[in-house]
Amino acid sequence: MKELTVDAAIENIETVTNFINEELEQLNCPMKAQIQIDVAIDELFGNIARYAYNPATGKATVRIEVDKSPLSVVITFIDHGKPFDPLSAATPDITLSAEERGIGGLGIFLVKKSMDLVEYEFENGHNILKIKKNLE
Amino acid sequence: MTIKNEKNGSTLKLIVEGRVDTSTSKEFEEKAKADLGGVEELVLDFTQLNYISSAGLRVLLSLQKIMNKQGSMKIVGANDIVKDIFEVTGFSEILTVE
Repeated sequence: MKELTVDAAIENIETVTNFINEELEQLNCPMKAQIQIDVAIDELFGNIARYAYNPATGKATVRIEVDKSPLSVVITFIDHGKPFDPLSAATPDITLSAEERGIGGLGIFLVKKSMDLVEYEFENGHNILKIKKNLE
Repeated sequence: MTIKNEKNGSTLKLIVEGRVDTSTSKEFEEKAKADLGGVEELVLDFTQLNYISSAGLRVLLSLQKIMNKQGSMKIVGANDIVKDIFEVTGFSEILTVE
């Protein structure tokens, strides 16, 4: 298990992505899975950076755990900002035309579609969001 | 992310390289919209685009709405991962992806 705690800020999306990618590269993670995970980090850490402490600032922790058989990673995002369950966002209607289309909920929808598991809990004042991706 | 633009009459081609995500989508939107006056055909060359997140999809939707009014827009060269993201989100129905 490895973890990184940084300011929940947009500038740190790249820091977090690099931290996770270093771990994934050691696991010979397939390119497609790595990019899906990078997109998930952009969506989830981006959400924390924009909303969790707004208008104040605070810290966020990102943790990665590896399971060897079958090879998979669990990445956990933890903040102590406002309670927010991203999984409660309405599923976007992806059949609407460009003119009718809203964009809310699209990020978390993309994460749900590309990850094998997405779980949220609020515990002891912390938002804990967990994603799991099978790598084989 | 870097963006190069090539204008040929009323056709504007934007060559987008790298990632369009939370950090870069605003710059993508500003650069694309700054040059849209009088453009009837917008071509987004995604050959060198690694990936796009929902922040980038938001910009594509906005550009598509503008181009629906003044002409057409198409995306060329997108890799399988980007095409997959269009597919999953239903954007492949809204966008013209070649």
